[in-house]
Amino acid sequence: MTVIGQALRVAGKDLRIELRSREILYTMAFFGALLAVVDAFVFPANAKLARAAAPGMLWVAIAFAGTIGLGRAFDRERENDTMRALLLTPVPRLAVFLGKAAAMTVLVLSVSLVCVPLLSLLLDVPLVEHPPLALALLLGAIGFSVTGSVFSAALLKVRSRDVLLPVILYPLLIPLFVAGTSATAALLEIPRNDDKLWYWIGFLGIYDLAFLVVSVWIFESMVIE
Amino acid sequence: MNRYLVPICASLGAIGFVLTIWMIFNSTPTQVDYQTDEGHVFLSGSSLFFNQKIFYYHVPHAFMLFAAVATSGIASILFLTKRVQKWDDIALATAEVAAVFGAVVLVTGSIWAKVAWDRWWIWEKRLTMSLLLWLTLIGYVLVRRFAGASADRLASGMAVFAMITLPFIYFMVGADDSHPQAGPDGNVATQDPRMRPTFYLSVLTFLLWFVALAAARIRGVRMEREVRELRERGLDAGVLA
Repeated sequence: MTVIGQALRVAGKDLRIELRSREILYTMAFFGALLAVVDAFVFPANAKLARAAAPGMLWVAIAFAGTIGLGRAFDRERENDTMRALLLTPVPRLAVFLGKAAAMTVLVLSVSLVCVPLLSLLLDVPLVEHPPLALALLLGAIGFSVTGSVFSAALLKVRSRDVLLPVILYPLLIPLFVAGTSATAALLEIPRNDDKLWYWIGFLGIYDLAFLVVSVWIFESMVIE
Repeated sequence: MNRYLVPICASLGAIGFVLTIWMIFNSTPTQVDYQTDEGHVFLSGSSLFFNQKIFYYHVPHAFMLFAAVATSGIASILFLTKRVQKWDDIALATAEVAAVFGAVVLVTGSIWAKVAWDRWWIWEKRLTMSLLLWLTLIGYVLVRRFAGASADRLASGMAVFAMITLPFIYFMVGADDSHPQAGPDGNVATQDPRMRPTFYLSVLTFLLWFVALAAARIRGVRMEREVRELRERGLDAGVLA
């Protein structure tokens, strides 16, 4: 079996566990929805302002809900000390890491599936009508999950991991969120600003690639039992 | 490390500190201002007047911030590849010192910006990068304090990630770099030759100060680690309760 095949097995295992309880999925999605509602309340109901603020709201919701999901997904491996078992399996660490990150990407994407329609409904912003948004969200979810998985795995045994995860993650992810927000904002411009859109989507792609390479390198030296 | 290094650097730094303050107020020109003309920044006018003097603290601190961050980053990579605790001690100590210097850079810069641009903060390239760098440093120090036994690996990983984030932050901020900077004619801020002795002395003073702080901190970090290791060995041997 190739590394990709093994990684898919790990991801499949994570997603199967998740689908049996749907704990992370439901709580993350509901939290994302709540953030969208809170945003709709705390920002003035002004069509122009809403249009300007909606991209930021969307990516903040993804960041917050994603952090909650990451914490919970890796807690699961800690509770029965299954992370050790996972690392002991005769597959490369790379496969374990890629599998974890892939499963997380699916979860983050499902949160955005809830947040995007809800924000566009509550704020009356045409987010759903733009297919390139899906690409930006996918790249954003990959970047978030890759970096998040490395640090969540390394924080597994740390007592204050819940507070330390965002403390570590957010400064590193700021370029990702800025790129995502800018790409979304480019979509909402009238007329749509395609140059800006593809610049930021390219930015996201390069960011993902760089972080993936470093994560693969770092994961092995950081996550040792 | 030589045990005289810290006292010598600290006392030389102290002398330089007094000397630079005197020179800043007595032997540097006051009428300095920045004006932008077709992308070039040059000196003239007088609206900054006295406030420009903060330059002699702001810029040397920024130099030392980058020196400290670079030392910490290189030490982190060496620790990750070689696994020798010495490198981790250096990485931690210089990161802490960098956080202090970074705070000074941001505060002095902000005071200067209020006078020069009439705003405490603008989201310009250099400012954004410094702020995010500083936030990462604070995160790094927090991890070292609260992450327990695996903090060294975690923090060195964080340092490596922070390094690859920097170029992205640079391209992320679209706005022009309106920050005064070194140009083809040399450092724009020291174009007036009368500023140079004070400026160079200031850099030297803070370099000595940085070396003193870092050396003292490296020794402190090493001692903390040795005490911790001894305690663990004592616990393992059953000598300590």
